[in-house]
Amino acid sequence: MSRGELLLSSTASEQARLARYTQRKFVNRLALTLSLLAMAFGLFWLAWILFETVRLGVGGLNLATLTQMTPPPNDAGGLANAIYGSFLMVLLATLVGTPIGIMAGIYLAEFDSQGWLAQVTRFVNDILLSAPSIVIGLFVYAVVVTRFKSFSGYAGVMALALIVIPVVIRTTENMLQLVPAGLREAAYALGAPKWKVILSITLRASRAGVLTGILLAVARIAGETAPLLFTALSNQFWSSSLSEPMASLPVTIFKFAMSPYENWQKLAWAGVFLITLAVLGLNILARVLTRSKT
Amino acid sequence: MARSDPLADRLFGWLAKAAALLTLGLLIAILVSLTISAWPAIDKYGLGFLTRTTWDPVKQDFGGLVMIYGTLMTSFIALLIAVPVSFGIALFLTELAPAWLKRPLGTAIELLAAIPSIVYGMWGLLVFSPVLATYVQQPLQAVFAGVPYMGAFFSGPPVGIGILSAGIILAIMIIPFIAAVMRDVFDVTPTLLKESAYGLGATTWEVVWTVVLPYTKAGVVGGIMLGLGRAIGETMAVTFVIGNFNQLDSLSLFQAANSITSALANEFAEAGQGLHQASLMYLGLVLFFITFIVLSLSKILLSQLKKNEGGQT
Repeated sequence: MSRGELLLSSTASEQARLARYTQRKFVNRLALTLSLLAMAFGLFWLAWILFETVRLGVGGLNLATLTQMTPPPNDAGGLANAIYGSFLMVLLATLVGTPIGIMAGIYLAEFDSQGWLAQVTRFVNDILLSAPSIVIGLFVYAVVVTRFKSFSGYAGVMALALIVIPVVIRTTENMLQLVPAGLREAAYALGAPKWKVILSITLRASRAGVLTGILLAVARIAGETAPLLFTALSNQFWSSSLSEPMASLPVTIFKFAMSPYENWQKLAWAGVFLITLAVLGLNILARVLTRSKT
Repeated sequence: MARSDPLADRLFGWLAKAAALLTLGLLIAILVSLTISAWPAIDKYGLGFLTRTTWDPVKQDFGGLVMIYGTLMTSFIALLIAVPVSFGIALFLTELAPAWLKRPLGTAIELLAAIPSIVYGMWGLLVFSPVLATYVQQPLQAVFAGVPYMGAFFSGPPVGIGILSAGIILAIMIIPFIAAVMRDVFDVTPTLLKESAYGLGATTWEVVWTVVLPYTKAGVVGGIMLGLGRAIGETMAVTFVIGNFNQLDSLSLFQAANSITSALANEFAEAGQGLHQASLMYLGLVLFFITFIVLSLSKILLSQLKKNEGGQT
């Protein structure tokens, strides 16, 4: 504090100012400490969940987990049919949902992006993106399962595909909008038709981003349980027919984890470990893909 | 451009438009099919369904209040925890963390959102709830045992399953969503505004509280709404820890309860066609309606911030 300032202020107001200053500094430090704690709080849960998943999951994991069928209570077995069911349904749902999502994303970004249809679709899509997935399950139940009078793998595929679509639409649109207009105009100037410009110029230029969106969608549906509960249901045995109820990893985990049988719980932990590994791996892969591009 | 290949171009345009219309149609189809499936229950109980507390599959008598209460109460607890924590995380990521730490820490928080809800559920049931029972619920009960009014919130069996643990796990699950939105909207605050405040001698906290937060409040509320929408619709994690108990006989946070989503997850596949299934569909419709409104609000608030951004810079 300089001599001039000291002379200007009377001692009383100077003291008040100093007290106020100390208080402001204290509040600032307190707030910043709390924000550090909040960050630690968030990381703490991530670390705890991952730690327990690995600790309890690795214990239940062996070759039989990957090669044998889901067992009855208190019997040896594995998760092979559940893993296969999950894999098949996720694969098919991605194959069905991705083209629709990409086409709708193209419509939003390349055709009439400010028109009423685009604006309403964008709004609805953002709501579907966060809508409860169990409602999708109810919808597919009402439309597919009651009509064909049977739970089936097809119904599960449809439920998962409906979850893929909004995720892919969102990323495709965002990525296409990042493509510089000059690139499109150059292609048009060469006489390329619109569909060709979109497919081989803009979509190609943003393929890393679009692929990221697809990976994130796969990661999302790989862990989804709720929409499968009353569409694909579950199946204790190996079934490769999509018109029958089909086992999936998340639904099997749900059933096994809620049971009192020790071997089921152990298998459930192994399943949780596998799912977490796959989902986090896909997420990290998606991030690496976009980072190397930008 | 249309000259070179009009048919292929038109076809491609139609396909794209059809895909967009399909998305739109999906929303309408969901609403219509749920309403049709729920019709027997809507017809019988009307809106009174929302305030009835009985849920008796044996006597075929249904009402949704217990589940609606469970859903709203768990979501409320989740927000109570998640909002301040998310705010702290966003503050840390935008103002405090050194540049080289921002990305990895941000990614770590985002990974928390990527963990499937079934993992949260199983971890919550088998790992978290015993810990909660021993180290949180029992001490709380000991402290509030004789206190009038407050005691009621902490009565009941301290087994780690019920409204409180569902609320806490939901909070962990929605923190990344709220924190990510808050971080993004904090980042759009013009640097000029912040630097002006710093230039006047404001502390970091004062800048955030009196400049950044007022500037971004629509976005912040939008982010909270997004988290709320997620919490209301979350199924598996809640189903594992809420206890699936269809009665509402105390206000205790330790009491096993039920939520809309967990009632659906547990009962739907076994419910016979008829009034039971229709009532569950009715609950699903209510759930979709609530989340639709909450998410629409979130979307509108967030887009308002974007408009401001365009107008002021």
